[in-house]
Amino acid sequence: MTSLVVAEHDNRILADATARTITAARALGQPVEVLVAGHGCQAVADAAAGLDGVDTVLLCDDPLYAHPLAEPFAALILSLAERWDAVLAPATSHGKAVLPRVAALLDVPQISEITKVLAPDTFERPVYAGSVMATVKAPAGKLAITVRPTAFAAAGAAPAPAPILSLPAGPDPGLSAFAGETLSQAAGPELTSSKVVVAGGRGLGTADNFQLLAHIAGRLNAAVGASRAAVDAGFAANDCQIGQTGKVVAPELYIALGISGALQHLCGIKDAKTIVAINKDDEAPIFQVADLGLVADLFQVLPEIDAELARRGYN
Amino acid sequence: MNVMVPVKRVVDYNVRVRIKAAAVDLANIKMSMNPFDEIAVEEAVRLKEKGKADEVVVVSVGPRDCIETLRTALAMGADRGILVACDGAIEPLAVAKLLKAVCDTEKPGLVLAGKQAIDDDCGQTGPMLAALNGWAQATRARSLEIDGTSARIERETDRGTESLTLRLPAVVTTDLRLNEPRYISLPNKMKARQKPIAETTAAELGVDITPRLTVLDVAEPAPRAAGIKVKSVGELFDRLHAAGAL
Ligand SMILES: Cc1cc2nc3c(=O)[nH]c(=O)nc-3n(C[C@H](O)[C@H](O)[C@H](O)COP(=O)(O)OP(=O)(O)OC[C@H]3O[C@@H](n4cnc5c(N)ncnc54)[C@H](O)[C@@H]3O)c2cc1C
Ligand SMILES: Nc1ncnc2c1ncn2[C@@H]1O[C@H](COP(=O)(O)O)[C@@H](O)[C@H]1O
Repeated sequence: MTSLVVAEHDNRILADATARTITAARALGQPVEVLVAGHGCQAVADAAAGLDGVDTVLLCDDPLYAHPLAEPFAALILSLAERWDAVLAPATSHGKAVLPRVAALLDVPQISEITKVLAPDTFERPVYAGSVMATVKAPAGKLAITVRPTAFAAAGAAPAPAPILSLPAGPDPGLSAFAGETLSQAAGPELTSSKVVVAGGRGLGTADNFQLLAHIAGRLNAAVGASRAAVDAGFAANDCQIGQTGKVVAPELYIALGISGALQHLCGIKDAKTIVAINKDDEAPIFQVADLGLVADLFQVLPEIDAELARRGYN
Repeated sequence: MNVMVPVKRVVDYNVRVRIKAAAVDLANIKMSMNPFDEIAVEEAVRLKEKGKADEVVVVSVGPRDCIETLRTALAMGADRGILVACDGAIEPLAVAKLLKAVCDTEKPGLVLAGKQAIDDDCGQTGPMLAALNGWAQATRARSLEIDGTSARIERETDRGTESLTLRLPAVVTTDLRLNEPRYISLPNKMKARQKPIAETTAAELGVDITPRLTVLDVAEPAPRAAGIKVKSVGELFDRLHAAGAL
């Protein structure tokens, strides 16, 4: 039997989250199969086949999977249930939508957003916005797991590519239809895998200041993040939100500007290697987790940072 | 069309829980309606106000204290409540099965749930319920329009937003940007006391709610070591360079 990893992709590029989920899957000790369901997604299957630790890639290339609709994806994974003991998906907007459907129809509990594999049936996962880490043991039977990608290293390149097996499409439940999307225009690296993240909160005060922050991020080749308050205020797109109910990041360097450091935000950055906080309130809770703190007014400091970076040759 | 909203009673989002005697210490802690469920109730009540829904039924699974949570939802404008009384920890799969049983009799045209409960952070119940019912789903809704037998949803994704058309009945889970829940007025609070709350149990609904997962341990994560304050932007970048962080 095997562990099935549900690949995350946009039909062109295999997301880094998949390579990390493969690492979690390897820890279960079974052969790993990666399911690439999509449309016109051969390149994604090739990329998955090139990752270390992948035994087989299952390619299901069909218009039914052109967009990541939860119902047909879940139906496909269920139709393959004979093949696998465990199914793992990255805890992305897609993985989180699909996997509970699979678990429910197999009558197994799901284990959400694991951060460690302690044994093939025992996992660590955060609860209460990361205030508590729980160790949970699954019962015998099939496992359905979502994986927090930042908690696992990405699988590297394989010495030789794994075989790709083409599969016919699964059933079409015909319950929902894709009706368009708006991709946010985030320039620069992807937020959850970027080495540097520059994030802004309500303290930026204006969308213009947030633009200046984005410009500074550009100089550092950093991804732009935001607190919930900054997203709610319309400074940043929803997919920039970091925290309990947004994305989790673990960059080498996290720079928080005008973010107070609410629990719901901090749990999304706790694995950042170095945290820098700039805030005018020296009592702001963010300073309790910051490695380097600067108490200052952003309206003054943002242009200063920009000039400083220019002086140091960050273009 | 009736709208059903499952509402969970959870530790208030402002409370930071602690571990005591190898368990999460919930003694004398402020409890509230799960914030995402408040957003779901608000949306359901707005649908009713717009003439898109006939009745809003709220359901809570848990101890008798959940009646307070149901009353809050009734004060926001829901019409009646159902308590599925049970004690002890209950897993999303069991909640989904109980809600499925309630759906079988209530026959809602739409279930509006929260995208996740802020205590277990599972985010499972909505999609599980949709699957058990054989219904369509949309998680993380930021806008919702009902049009006869279908719903048009805009949902927040990792890459931006996505629009979906769902056949009804369906399960939709709420995200933060869907709406801002209303303030509850005193008269509405009084009115809510008169609204009916029915009670049932897992046994009556014929659902086995025995937990499947074993929690072996709960622990607080190690705190980060204290850092230092710098005096200027120049010093900040000097230190980042010296530490190799840039
Ligand atoms: C169900 C739920 C889920 C949530 N999920 C998330 C989540 O995923 N992510 C998230 O981030 N939040 C989340 N929140 C919200 C969270 O509780 C906080 O409200 C939010 O993180 C606050 O954002 P902020 O720090 O930008 O704003 P504030 O808390 O308002 O802080 C603004 C900060 O800016 C500083 N400031 C103001 N002006 C200046 C200036 N001129 N110069 C320098 N500093 C200045 C202030 O001192 C203050 O510290 C959630 C809340 C709930 C209820
Ligand atoms: N005990 C419960 N009672 C009522 N609704 C619940 C309960 N548990 C979960 N839900 C609903 O399911 C959503 C997601 O919960 P969860 O899957 O636990 O993260 C919540 O926002 C509620 O709408």
